[in-house]
Amino acid sequence: MGLPNPVVNQSKNVNIRPQETELRYESKLAVTWKRFKKNKLAVTGLIVFTLIVLIAILAPWISPSKPDVYDILDSNLKPSAKHPFGTDSMGGDIMTRVFYGSRVSLTVAMLTMLCSVTIGVIYGSISGFFGGIIDNIMMRIVDAIQSIPTFFLLLIVASLMVPTMWSTIFVISIFGWTGLARIVRGEILSIKRRDFIEAARATGEKNKSIIFFHVLPNAIAPIVVIATLDIASVILSEAALSFLGLGIQPPTPSWGNMLTSAQDLTTVLDYPWAPIFPGMFIIVTVMAVNFIGDGLRDALDPRMKQ
Amino acid sequence: MPKYIIRRTLQSIPLLFIISIITFLLMTLAPGDPTAVYKNPEGKPQNLEMIKKELGVDQPIYVQYYKWIKLLVLHGNLGYSFQDGRPVTEKIMERVPATLELMGTAIVISILVAIPIGVYSAVKQYSLLDYIFTAYSFLGIAVPSFFIALVVMLVFAMDLGWFPVSGMRSSYDHFNLWDRVHHLFLPAMTLAFGLIASKSRFMRSSMLEVIKQDYVRTARAKGLSERKVIFKHALRNGLIPIITIIANRLPDLFGGALFIETIFAWPGMGRLSFSAIFIRDYQVIMGTTLIAAVLVVLANLLADILYAFVDPRIQYGKS
Repeated sequence: MGLPNPVVNQSKNVNIRPQETELRYESKLAVTWKRFKKNKLAVTGLIVFTLIVLIAILAPWISPSKPDVYDILDSNLKPSAKHPFGTDSMGGDIMTRVFYGSRVSLTVAMLTMLCSVTIGVIYGSISGFFGGIIDNIMMRIVDAIQSIPTFFLLLIVASLMVPTMWSTIFVISIFGWTGLARIVRGEILSIKRRDFIEAARATGEKNKSIIFFHVLPNAIAPIVVIATLDIASVILSEAALSFLGLGIQPPTPSWGNMLTSAQDLTTVLDYPWAPIFPGMFIIVTVMAVNFIGDGLRDALDPRMKQ
Repeated sequence: MPKYIIRRTLQSIPLLFIISIITFLLMTLAPGDPTAVYKNPEGKPQNLEMIKKELGVDQPIYVQYYKWIKLLVLHGNLGYSFQDGRPVTEKIMERVPATLELMGTAIVISILVAIPIGVYSAVKQYSLLDYIFTAYSFLGIAVPSFFIALVVMLVFAMDLGWFPVSGMRSSYDHFNLWDRVHHLFLPAMTLAFGLIASKSRFMRSSMLEVIKQDYVRTARAKGLSERKVIFKHALRNGLIPIITIIANRLPDLFGGALFIETIFAWPGMGRLSFSAIFIRDYQVIMGTTLIAAVLVVLANLLADILYAFVDPRIQYGKS
């Protein structure tokens, strides 16, 4: 039984501090991940979505053919070893086009999501932070946009533009931010009354830095959830627009414009594989993203409800 | 209560005003010169000026808006269709009943199906059927409405031949209820497919919330049968939020109806505006958009008033 060695103790003390902060820093993400991992649907969704993203990235290497190669003699072929998903009416390989189409559809979904999240966060922050008459007017505009059936708006704006990938992104994002703006505003209204915002103000911080460094980080959970679910709804909107010929234009393949062939009801019964495979990719991707979104919602904040 | 209704009604006026501005701005953003069709290489430039004056396009945009809204509010005039020169209001009004018939049926079907599913899923949470219903609701939300419409049409109308492929009736000669129902069934079921998915999910979480409440525990504690507890105490309160969700999802429903009407050749507003888009009949497009938005605002107003009736916890004084 000797006396405790002061040198050892001291070194322990030195070691403890950084470990503690590291632990605390990790814990927020780690706890979220731990909760997320328990949700089997969410993990399945994540795996499936990752696979589809990999397909999109690796499309040039894993596709059986090239997206712009048509052989009219090989049109409307049944799925076979050479053409696992069959061929379309132009003789293009459907698997190749679905794989390349996932590049287009996912790019549109991601970029649109980023655009509408940016607009929604900025709009909602301004509205919630300043409050009063500004908030009132800004929220009435959101009400008005939300009252107009989105698809009518999409069709109008889409019909005014020459349809390209960029116009599709533009069209879907300019009306897609309202839901998020409303939620960000609500979060900010409740956060801005807390003491630490008062403290930040007392130290002389400017409005902009208060919003970005103190308010928004605390509203991140709902933003992440909505942004994730947004990807799913954008995929559906893109598919709908392209289906009607107002979105991505052939020969560029997208999941939506590959379904256009299904409009011809007389042939689709004979060649059902042409719409089925792109349709399946849409449905599976949207479901996967929705599972991830729901899982994130439960993991980030168990109190949050739809 | 009357005070609340008046206040809530007055609130929707600025809303309608903003909606009309947005719609009008979209219309004026349309590319192309509205006088282009009158241009004649041999005509005098003065004539073109006269036409511009007559159409009012030489004036600043707020003057144009004022004239447009004045016509609309005072005479219900939304302009004239570019396609056949008929008043837009007239063209839309003859299409509204078909759309309401389709959407109304879909809403009723979805309520009748979604509520039992939601209640069952909540009461028997994590049972096999609950998982099946949950899977269905995720699927129903993920399938594009046009995709399900095409599948349904192919299978039930073309392959099996149980239902007519398109249209609203076989002949205009006389009213035949069976014929109308026969035509209505597929489009309405297709539209209801997605609605059931989202509503049953909502009903489930609403019921789960209610079941946890103290008054339900009290009802159980005083020895009521489980059936009575669920149907008399829980269900009534669990149903209330459904009113709001129906009104809230109405814009999406209009969008879905647009596809279903187009695919099934249902003579409604959606099909009218869809065909107007491809011939660039802007007056008709704007008209249908505006009317749809007005219907949404009215439905929300109605839902809020209904809500105040069934849920006394709503404070009438505050919005």
